[in-house]
Amino acid sequence: MASLVRSWIPLLVLQSFLFAIAFGSTQVEEFSEALLLKPLPDRKVLAHFHFENRAPPSNSHGRHHHLFPKAISQLVQKFRVKEMELSFTQGRWNHEHWGGFDPLSSMNAKPVGVELWAVFDVPQSQVDTSWKNLTHALSGLFCASINFLESSTSYAAPTWGFGTNSDKLRYGSLPREAVCTENLTPWLKLLPCRDKDGISALMNRPSVYRGFYHSQRLHLSTVESGQEGLGSGIVLEQSLTVVLQPDTTSIETNIQPSWSLSSLFGRKVVGRCVLANSSHVYLQLEGRLGQESKNVDTEIEAHKLWKNADFELSFKPDRVLRESSSFLFIFDIDNASDSEPFDLGLTWKVPSKWSCQQAPLHASRFLMGSGNERGAIAILLKATESQESSPVRELTDGRCTIKANVFQIFPWYIKVYYHTLQIFVDQQLKTDSEVLKKINVSPSTDKVSSGMLEIMLELPCEVKSAAISIEYDKGFLHIDEYPPDANQGFDIPSALISFPNHHASLDFQEELSKSPLISSFKEKSLVRSYTEVLLVPLTTPDFSMPYNVITITCTIFALYFGSLLNVLRRRIGEEERFLKSQAGKKTGGLKQLLSRFTAKIRGRPIEAPSSESPAAKSPFLSSKLIFKIILVAGAAAAWQYFSTDK
Amino acid sequence: MAGEKRNREEEEVKTDDGSPKIKPRPIVRLGIFLIAHSPVFSVVFSAAGILALLLLPLLAKNTYISENALMPGSARSMLSNRDVSAGSKLVKDIKNFRLSHEGQGVEVQKLIGEYMSEMGAEVYYQKFHPEGNQFHPLHFFSGPDSYTLLDNVSCASYGVNVAGIIRAPRGDGKESIVLASDLLKCGELNTADNFRRAGTVAAALVLKVDGRSERFEDTLSIYAEASNGQMPNLDLINVVNYLAVHRQGFYVRVEKVVSLLSSSWLKIIGEIFEAVGKLAHTLNPDWNFGIPAADYLEGSATLASSLYSQALGIPTGPHGAFRDYQVDAITLKVSPRFPPDSKTRQHDFFLRGARLLEGTIRSVNNLLEKFHQSFFLYLLTSPSKFISVGVYMIAFALLVAPLPMVAASLYIDGCKALTNSTLNPAGNFKSWKWLDAAKQVFALHLLGFIVTLLPYFICQIPGQHSPRNRSIMWGTTSSSLLFITFATIPGCSPFSSRLHGTNWAVVKSVTISAAFIGLCLMSIINFATAEIGALLLVPTCLMAQPIKPALRSRKIKSLLGAFCSMVLLTIGFPVMFFAISKELLGEGLVGLSLGGEFWTWLESLWAWKSATYLYIGMVHLPCWLLCLCILFHPS
Repeated sequence: MASLVRSWIPLLVLQSFLFAIAFGSTQVEEFSEALLLKPLPDRKVLAHFHFENRAPPSNSHGRHHHLFPKAISQLVQKFRVKEMELSFTQGRWNHEHWGGFDPLSSMNAKPVGVELWAVFDVPQSQVDTSWKNLTHALSGLFCASINFLESSTSYAAPTWGFGTNSDKLRYGSLPREAVCTENLTPWLKLLPCRDKDGISALMNRPSVYRGFYHSQRLHLSTVESGQEGLGSGIVLEQSLTVVLQPDTTSIETNIQPSWSLSSLFGRKVVGRCVLANSSHVYLQLEGRLGQESKNVDTEIEAHKLWKNADFELSFKPDRVLRESSSFLFIFDIDNASDSEPFDLGLTWKVPSKWSCQQAPLHASRFLMGSGNERGAIAILLKATESQESSPVRELTDGRCTIKANVFQIFPWYIKVYYHTLQIFVDQQLKTDSEVLKKINVSPSTDKVSSGMLEIMLELPCEVKSAAISIEYDKGFLHIDEYPPDANQGFDIPSALISFPNHHASLDFQEELSKSPLISSFKEKSLVRSYTEVLLVPLTTPDFSMPYNVITITCTIFALYFGSLLNVLRRRIGEEERFLKSQAGKKTGGLKQLLSRFTAKIRGRPIEAPSSESPAAKSPFLSSKLIFKIILVAGAAAAWQYFSTDK
Repeated sequence: MAGEKRNREEEEVKTDDGSPKIKPRPIVRLGIFLIAHSPVFSVVFSAAGILALLLLPLLAKNTYISENALMPGSARSMLSNRDVSAGSKLVKDIKNFRLSHEGQGVEVQKLIGEYMSEMGAEVYYQKFHPEGNQFHPLHFFSGPDSYTLLDNVSCASYGVNVAGIIRAPRGDGKESIVLASDLLKCGELNTADNFRRAGTVAAALVLKVDGRSERFEDTLSIYAEASNGQMPNLDLINVVNYLAVHRQGFYVRVEKVVSLLSSSWLKIIGEIFEAVGKLAHTLNPDWNFGIPAADYLEGSATLASSLYSQALGIPTGPHGAFRDYQVDAITLKVSPRFPPDSKTRQHDFFLRGARLLEGTIRSVNNLLEKFHQSFFLYLLTSPSKFISVGVYMIAFALLVAPLPMVAASLYIDGCKALTNSTLNPAGNFKSWKWLDAAKQVFALHLLGFIVTLLPYFICQIPGQHSPRNRSIMWGTTSSSLLFITFATIPGCSPFSSRLHGTNWAVVKSVTISAAFIGLCLMSIINFATAEIGALLLVPTCLMAQPIKPALRSRKIKSLLGAFCSMVLLTIGFPVMFFAISKELLGEGLVGLSLGGEFWTWLESLWAWKSATYLYIGMVHLPCWLLCLCILFHPS
């Protein structure tokens, strides 16, 4: 069956190609798949799946697509999306060990949960409506609660701090969203081969979600054709980045763990997706290794690149690309089949150490203060080791400076006092004019909109640390606004730190690759890093309080109305007259009986009902009272005795 | 209470007029009845209060894990022998380091920091200055100022804490284990300052390793009391106790008053209770409240310690610093039974201790929200038995119940006496009788307030003074202030020669009312303080009566009463009570050092902002002085 399909599909492709020619379009839809593997210095392995789907510009809207997912093209057409990125992430990117200054990390290190941003091609007044509709559509498409981004309290319109300058940009993130297979399955549905064939067949769910970090990303952009009457083309980039820990059997702890595709994923590549124009597997080795064997050129030496004293690859790479600090081994998987599966493996022989390229400053964020009323958020930027050797330096008025943009969204219940913004450089408080180059603030409105802070800092190159602190008050939420589940607090979305003068790119010496992954690496991408999510505990009311309030209110009402009615309908005069008439009469039958009974016990003659003062009467009263109490207590004890015995 | 009095008076007026008598309502009648027989009832209630207190060990319930999510012990332990050997290596390294670098405490922190970063933790070093313990009357209940930096501290005397943060490796970084070492002596308070940055802390465990255990098993002592009698959530103690006893086989103990274990009177009471319990069991097999006398003794010794530590308001361990930030914390002191050089025993001990910690952390990690499910107000009678607030407040309620009754009855008596003695009918406003007495009571409470504030000014006096000198200073100033008060405010002095001075019964009535209000307020702030305070203050207030008529009458009954009140007043003097409680806890005192000890004790109360200090100064001391006034009243 599979072979039948495989033999048919090229025909289909050819047919579509012919159709495309017949309809006068010069381009066809293209799909490519790639997998990049990269050993990380902290004994983990990064796997980056990259799929690119291109739909050429066409003038026939709503036309059938051959490879391109229809759902996405409809989305683009309906909401006039110019550019959009959606990411689902779990775990946090370790900038220190996994890299902070390469295209891979700057594009794929994403904040925890869901992040969505989109640029629309609609008039300014319709941007918010389009955004709201888009969130609902995506929510349905990806089985996630993206629709919560619809509320104006959860998204913002960044101006320049985000990196993409557009007034039609909207940004929102849901740090609490749990990411799981239910989000991955609809994402895989957009691929022509799903996860049935090709590289995506490696995505074994348990291995993917066992990892330390996984981020699935969907980026789409429209390409204007430039021709009159022709629509725009769409480029859909889908990538999944996972960081896995290879199982180690060796006792040797300082040697890097060896791995293979089957040990990482539990599956092997048994062939390419036949619909893909290109399908490659890349292996990037970075750091000291690459630099050492930089001058090798001859064929024998090239052979040594993949089979040497340090390590050994299980397959011969088809090509080797060289970059300033790393090697890229390229494997074509065209020859892989069921009988001869492609199971790339890397075996380390000697202990090796290398380090990743770091962003100029490492960002972390924490809370200060205690209690339920107020606190402060601090963002700490620390110089990394690579900063000194960084080639990218800008001179402003003869001074070497690093520019850093900070973009932060505050939910409305974090009521930030922007005047308390303090910037410390090397633990010295600086005035705004010294380091603050640009600032844009949009304060939050209670229950209406979230606050946003964009800062551009200009720090001297020799800076060791810079800290930004800002104080806030905690707001009170309405009872409906608390999450229904047990929670430890509320999450503040990650801050985005970007370095506008630093761009990461991999500059491969050979200029031949048509692979979309390589070309995306070659493009200069803005160096950015997200900080961790913060957990803010808010005052949690006692939710059983409404019940208590209702009970107390009812009791008070009952008491109030009862006594009021009593007062209103009582006639003191009548009562006095009644008492007077009663005084002459004898007491009731039961009372008489009781008094006789007590008299008998005490052995005294029956007392006539006296009209003495209460003080004089008290011994009589007390004995009666004591008798009553004993009677009640006896009854209670008897009741207790008989009820518990059964 | 006042309303009730008014009602009664109105009724009296009516009957005086001879108008038709209306039978008062039952509740009013009950009030009248109680007030009329207040002496009997006060004895009955006080006795019942003390009895209820003695009964508490019998009423203790077994602890249970209230929050189902905790699931202690359900996770498979990930700790291996390799981890334990790494731990032993650290211990060895520190020991060697200590030997080679004598007296360089800061360097050890570096070593620990290195170990922490090897484990994958973010390591932070924190410098701190030992804070001067000063008494600030205005900052008594407010927390420490978060953002102030101390400028004028000499830099020679700073310490270094090392803290490591291990974040959940696969999580989003919101969950983490924070380790902090504090090897310097003055670090207790400052450890918690470190955690101000930490966001929400679910639970804190302070670990101490002691020398050898006195018992045969490895011992784990749990210290839970924090400042002002605040306790951690009972579930935290339950989890630790469950894992320690049922999984790791530790002998778990909580602090107890050792001297009580050998007291014969308590033993007799225990035997009586045991006999009563057995009798009840024979009557009805369902009545199982009796416990063996030995258990009773043990339970009451623990209870006394629990009550005392809560009442003092000083934390029993470094965990107290966390409670100020609403973090549930306990101190665990582990004492191994092995001799220090036995390798295998040490390994086993390390493994079990580490598994206990691991289990606790994983159990707390199961929680999806802050601890809130179980009890916060409780007393422990053993690590697995507790008495909840609903039970132990009965004893206090019974103890303070006679106070309003006696106050009312004394007021009526005093009024009558005053009406008889006063010749001027114009000044005979019944409802204003208490005003003179109230003036006196107010004056003495004001004095108490000033005496409470005095240490602040004494601390301001330049120059170094020993604690003893300071307490002498305080004592002399206070007593001179007392004499000034007696001299300036008419009617205050017990030695005034005025014949028509205030009636002592009215003074006593107002005193008792003030004591009642003070005790009730204190019971809200720190229940244990109010309980012990009531044990002291209630009998003193009730027994206080002028000594002169008793001596004059020469009746055995009144002489005995006078003697009792004298004894109670002697015990009730704060310094005296401090000495007695020290004696009871087995810390003997030399007479001369008492002043200094007392001052140091008060300083520890300020350091933890214990409300007990305010109680002593503003409730206990004035009431005690008033009782003294009544004792020497010239009537």
